[in-house]
Amino acid sequence: MIEIKDLSFGYGKNNVLQNFSACFEKGKLTSIIGTNGSGKSTLLKTIVGILPLNTGGILIDGTELSSLKPQKIAKRISYLAQGKNTPDMTAFQMVLHGRFPHLSYPRRYSQKDRDAAYSAMERMGILGYADKSMVSLSGGMRQNVYIAMALAQDTDYILLDEPTTYLDISHQLHLMKTLRTLAADGKGIITVMHDLPMAFNFSDNIAVVSGGKAVICSSPKEVYNNGVIKDVFGIELNYSQNEENYYYGYNQK
Amino acid sequence: MNNFMESCKNKKIVLLYAAAITFLIVSFFLGIMLGSTYVSFTDIWGAILNHNGTGSGARIFWYVRLPRICACLVCGGALSVSGAVIQGVLANRLASPSILGVNSGAGLAVILCTAFEVYGGWQLSAFSFLGAFAAVMLVSICSRKLGASRGTVILLGVALNSLLNAVSDTVITFNPEVGFMSSNFKIGDFSAVTYNKLIPAAVVVIVTIVVLFTLTNELDVLTLGDDNAKGLGMNTGFMRTLFLLFAALLAGCAVSLAGLLSFVGLIVPHIVRRISGNKASHLLPLCAIFGAAFVALCDTISRTVFSPYEIPVGIIMAFLGAPFFIFILVKGKGGHARD
Repeated sequence: MIEIKDLSFGYGKNNVLQNFSACFEKGKLTSIIGTNGSGKSTLLKTIVGILPLNTGGILIDGTELSSLKPQKIAKRISYLAQGKNTPDMTAFQMVLHGRFPHLSYPRRYSQKDRDAAYSAMERMGILGYADKSMVSLSGGMRQNVYIAMALAQDTDYILLDEPTTYLDISHQLHLMKTLRTLAADGKGIITVMHDLPMAFNFSDNIAVVSGGKAVICSSPKEVYNNGVIKDVFGIELNYSQNEENYYYGYNQK
Repeated sequence: MNNFMESCKNKKIVLLYAAAITFLIVSFFLGIMLGSTYVSFTDIWGAILNHNGTGSGARIFWYVRLPRICACLVCGGALSVSGAVIQGVLANRLASPSILGVNSGAGLAVILCTAFEVYGGWQLSAFSFLGAFAAVMLVSICSRKLGASRGTVILLGVALNSLLNAVSDTVITFNPEVGFMSSNFKIGDFSAVTYNKLIPAAVVVIVTIVVLFTLTNELDVLTLGDDNAKGLGMNTGFMRTLFLLFAALLAGCAVSLAGLLSFVGLIVPHIVRRISGNKASHLLPLCAIFGAAFVALCDTISRTVFSPYEIPVGIIMAFLGAPFFIFILVKGKGGHARD
């Protein structure tokens, strides 16, 4: 479990996160939602140690984040940033770099690392694209390669910053289903989302961030019933249910 | 090493290495044999068997051609690898030691050394490195502070280049004796190479390149972008500084030997990248070999085409390299839009 206690962080004099507290569990898909500039991406970067925390603390499975070196953090948490470069390398090379935190100097990939990379690609259904250049792949396929890289990293938690951005709807759905499967396999998935219905329909938990604080972190149904969506976003969600499924959508009124 | 051998199974890469090594061997022997006096294989063999040979061929081989060609190989390899590293670290294909002011920083240091009569090989290499490192760090730090775009990084380098050249010219203006060697120094020239200058620079260059070969995966991971590289556990600030330090070390040593050889640090990485791809484990060795061979060939041409007159190698490099570079760019239809 990732436990965040009274976390504060700011760029210069601007406090982005203030006394932020929340818990993210393994085996759950948690979506972080909030308005632009509310501190969602900052939160992910702080959890993974890219940004320092001013006050408060983060525990990763009981270990204080500040006591871990970057390489140790990368063995526990993989992080896919929002604006990703598209390097001119093959999909396989890209996925293989997911094994980077597991290497020590001189960092040379072993057959075990290659096997892990192939296995991750196979799991994502992109083995056939191993020799394709990243530049030649579609946005959806690239996203799959990045997730395969995170799988090759072999961590308990995967953090994704707006993974559905720039993807068409079929690729968005495919991605969210994949994340659900990974959560079902025991990984803790934490993803920043802007598409509220997508977040509500696929997540186990929703964390609503506003003004640098976690307003609520609970199941979609509880968040829906709480009425916080209207307060934070100024819009309403619809909820419908049939015998097998329930579905959230935007209220058109 | 496993990585390297695995990818060497790729036929294209094997052919590339074979071509590069052949080019290097041919350039080396052409450089040794051709010049105002022809040195035959027999002369070379005789000189090697009898180190203190008194024949003119043996003397030319040991005291003129060999140090000069070795200096060409060292400078060509150093500048090409330095260019490839700087381009990778700054994620900017337009970056090179000469464009970013790295060569000018080293050049200013060498001119200052000359002005203060510091001629020792090790001292010259050390000061040259310090000048190069100061320049590259200045560009790197300013770029980060400003959040500079790729284009702005280049403009920063151009501005620094002008400033450093202006300082160099000022020193030369007030020290006419330094100015005597400045024109050849600015274009790049191997006529003044001695073992005293060559050995320290060669040792530093070889050690640096070998160390860089062990850091190729780090260089590749840096190209994924800062956040992703950090997410993979890399201390990007430290690694970036380390790579720039190595790049400055290489460029500084090259400048201390041959002056401000421009172009090679830009053109060779570009050409190699287009043929071999971006994977640093092949890019760096191929840059080292092709760069070394290219400079050796250019130097041989500079000594032989207008023999007995010699023109600075930098001029030949521009004449040969620029059209070929344009050809590569046109053939590749301008390259990647994001460059």
